[in-house]
Amino acid sequence: MDKFLRVDGLVVPLDRANVDTDAIIPKQFLKSIKRTGFGPNLFDEWRYLDHGEPGMDNSRRPLNPDFVLNQPRYHGAQILLARENFGCGSSREHAPWALDDYGFRAIIAPSFADIFCNNCFKNGLLPIVLDAASVDDLFQGVTATPGYHLKIDLEQQIITAPNGMVYRFEVDAFRKNCLLNGLDDIGLTLQHVREIKEYEARRKSEAPWLFT
Amino acid sequence: MGTQTLYDKLWNSHVVHEEPDGTTLIYIDRHLVHEVTSPQAFEGLRLAGRKPWRIASMLAVADHNVPTTDRTQGIADPISRLQVETLDSNCDELGITEFRMADVRQGIVHVIGPEQGATLPGMTVVCGDSHTSTHGAFAALAFGIGTSEVEHVMATQCLLMKKARAMQVLVDGALGRGVTAKDLVLAVIGKIGTAGGTGYAIEFAGSAIRALTMEGRMTVCNMAIEAGARAGMIAADDTTISYLKGRPFAPQGELWDKAVGYWRTLHSDEGAQFDKVVLLDAAEIKPQVTWGTSPEMVVAVDGNVPDPAREDDPVKRGSIELSLKYMGLQPNTPITEIQIDKVFIGSCTNARIEDLRAAAEVIRGKHVAANVKLAMAVPGSGLVKQQAEREGLDKIFVEAGFEWREPGCSMCLAMNADRLEPGERCASTSNRNFEGRQGPGGRTHLVSPEMAAAAAIAGHFVDARNL
Ligand code: SF4
Repeated sequence: MDKFLRVDGLVVPLDRANVDTDAIIPKQFLKSIKRTGFGPNLFDEWRYLDHGEPGMDNSRRPLNPDFVLNQPRYHGAQILLARENFGCGSSREHAPWALDDYGFRAIIAPSFADIFCNNCFKNGLLPIVLDAASVDDLFQGVTATPGYHLKIDLEQQIITAPNGMVYRFEVDAFRKNCLLNGLDDIGLTLQHVREIKEYEARRKSEAPWLFT
Repeated sequence: MGTQTLYDKLWNSHVVHEEPDGTTLIYIDRHLVHEVTSPQAFEGLRLAGRKPWRIASMLAVADHNVPTTDRTQGIADPISRLQVETLDSNCDELGITEFRMADVRQGIVHVIGPEQGATLPGMTVVCGDSHTSTHGAFAALAFGIGTSEVEHVMATQCLLMKKARAMQVLVDGALGRGVTAKDLVLAVIGKIGTAGGTGYAIEFAGSAIRALTMEGRMTVCNMAIEAGARAGMIAADDTTISYLKGRPFAPQGELWDKAVGYWRTLHSDEGAQFDKVVLLDAAEIKPQVTWGTSPEMVVAVDGNVPDPAREDDPVKRGSIELSLKYMGLQPNTPITEIQIDKVFIGSCTNARIEDLRAAAEVIRGKHVAANVKLAMAVPGSGLVKQQAEREGLDKIFVEAGFEWREPGCSMCLAMNADRLEPGERCASTSNRNFEGRQGPGGRTHLVSPEMAAAAAIAGHFVDARNL
């Protein structure tokens, strides 16, 4: 996993609550057996005017000019600003893969769905929860100001807006450490092999039917 | 240990290691695998030169991509076919038990786990699928995981997580005649919202829950994720135990007796504390119909489509407007005036034998309305299908004008050929009404099997109790 330290990125506002993972990456793209290449189909149904299927040349498809990601001022955005319950629905990790592949490094919202949030951390994508009023502030800032950038500092757990406002955010210490150091969860867990084996032995004597 | 909730008991019995900050290594007893979320995990394992920790804990099946029509032809779509073949070859290579497409035990992963007795009380159960919460109906700690976590469980038999908060949804009283587990859970979601359970593990309790069959309990826990909770669960009791007796993966003989003794302890202790309690009166719940693009957008069948003008919160008002536009609905329209084009009876929410029986009861001797272009019944597994055919349910469906299909996820998410066309409106027994879920531009209304069957006959939503 790539390390995540700091991002100074262009922000794009997606002003909808309950954006679900079906919207982030529609199911026809889940047929892929790879982890990469989902970026061009991120938000496919909102982003294009035609119906997308795997294998299409996305550069030739008609774009929906009303969809925020298609507006030239937001090209190259690395930070997605969203509303509550972002990422609800299916557990598909294809959703963070698509966001990451598109170029996003962080998502800011008042709340995230649990599984999605977990999946983001596993892929070096930082989900940041801010209170609804702060998120409102940022929405106002980004819509009013072309070229609106935010600076995110994970180490310090702060976001700095162009007007100098600083927003503090919380992040789980363990996950922060993994992101900052690009640590692999499996490798970390395998440091506990002995404990896993001891647990298994104990459990087997208590509840042998679980091991048949 | 003092008084414990069911969640406490399940959690505590699976702790392998705990860090001071609460990050915990939790042992996983059962790992269910399907074709969509596993290929990258198998690949990751291979690239790292790792082997699965405990192959016997795994059970695999292809369900999302499989055709529900004649299977002797295989899968027509080459990309879907490759995904299913990838699962087959991964399972072959590693010796993982898999129910192949031609196996009568094949079906939706959340239907076959319990059906086989592969889901047992006291277990931790995971699958790369958010509706893994279904298995919590057996007093198991069951939750969906992403593909990185699938790989993590394969490699280590454990997951790193923090304990969630505990919520109790207490539903007392008796459900009225014709009101189902589906209506109950939709009413819960309508009450707490799709993010209401975020960060919680929900235990469903109360006399209305205890009165449910295992099928009904699975329907309720299935949709815990639609309330934002990764896990839903219900205490074990006689209903749980008699459902499991004799199932192929369930313990037998002396082990069975020992297991049952343990299972009887799997309930929240008297006086156990929850972080949040939500109360519902079962008697007040009516048949439910969703009108929008989120499961919380739900009303009783005798209600109306809401009017955004009456919503004060601007974010909520915006969501209602967007949903109504997508759904092609006018504010204040009575639910019973909404005409439908298709009917889907299936999915891991409602494709078990009782669901099919209940729907068949409604349509027996009647015929699908002329405006309904397609009505399909898709059993949750090959064994459910076989049982239904033994009872003659297939004939009732076919005579009423339904298509009787092979088992799989089907039009619940339309990854195979079963889907809505743009603008088509569907009465569906599945669990998600998101935009495009059942096909791009398709419009989904979530209902119980009885309500879907009644809508098929009437051509529009109608209170199944009055049909
Ligand atoms: S039936 Fe639907 S919700 Fe259930 S596992 Fe299949 S796709 Fe997911």
